[in-house]
Amino acid sequence: MIYTAQVKVMPLKELLDPQGKAVMGGLGNLGLGSIKDVRIGKNITLQVEAESEAAAKAIAEDAAKKLLANQVMEMFEITIG
Amino acid sequence: MKFGVVVFPGSNCDRDMIGALCDDLKQEVIPLWHKDKDLSMFSKEDCIVLPGGFSYGDYLRCGAIARFSPMMNSVIEFANSGGKVLGVCNGFQILCESGLLPGALLRNAHQQFVCKNVFIKEEGNPAALKIPVAHGEGRYFASEEVLKSLNDNGQVLYRYCDENGKLTDTSNPNGATEAIAGICNEGRNVFGMMPHPERACSNILNNEDGRVVFSKLFGLS
Repeated sequence: MIYTAQVKVMPLKELLDPQGKAVMGGLGNLGLGSIKDVRIGKNITLQVEAESEAAAKAIAEDAAKKLLANQVMEMFEITIG
Repeated sequence: MKFGVVVFPGSNCDRDMIGALCDDLKQEVIPLWHKDKDLSMFSKEDCIVLPGGFSYGDYLRCGAIARFSPMMNSVIEFANSGGKVLGVCNGFQILCESGLLPGALLRNAHQQFVCKNVFIKEEGNPAALKIPVAHGEGRYFASEEVLKSLNDNGQVLYRYCDENGKLTDTSNPNGATEAIAGICNEGRNVFGMMPHPERACSNILNNEDGRVVFSKLFGLS
């Protein structure tokens, strides 16, 4: 069976995210000053062939740990849809 | 001593590196292709160089894909058996991604690509060297624990400084933690740095400070 895995990769909370800061500045210029923080990450969609949802999640986790996220600077979350 | 310079798709400082090593420093250089994996012509005294550029288009993260190329598997093996490896700019990013060096290189704090001469200094030596940088993701980051061990073991090779060798906020071009510009591994055989010494080895370029870097790392003059 084919499962769709969404891998959300975000910069670690304690790290400065310059991209997010730049976008927040832009939002402020649009008059959306009530937005107090912006952080930008990536969403990666995988089609995984596996026997169960748990197996698909394990495969996606392996991919995230080995390549999709660098855990020195990023964290990831996986949802299977 | 021989040098091997790895060419990845998207490398763009490979010719500069080969030119500096071959023409300016009079070393034997063998260009290496990322799809090959044979390093049998190199001994531990030799050095494999990962040049600057945008390997694999910097997709996903800088250096993340290059790390899995066939040649990188051989380079990792070569480094683990004590062979010398130098990564400059994108090469430094690849070394961090591959785990041969600790830490990571993040987007510059000011969000801009920086391309200019900067000054760097060796640990314990106040003399400032003028070396060019050209990168968008050069902000060195490592956990406090890793930083402590880098400092305790003398693994920080270079820090950004002003022309007088003083560490100041304005002399750090990318917001790197502790103004770190280059580090080595614990075994002192793997070196990584964001500045480009290969662009500063020739009097035609009006800057030969890069020779001081090659001299420190490999005893070349």
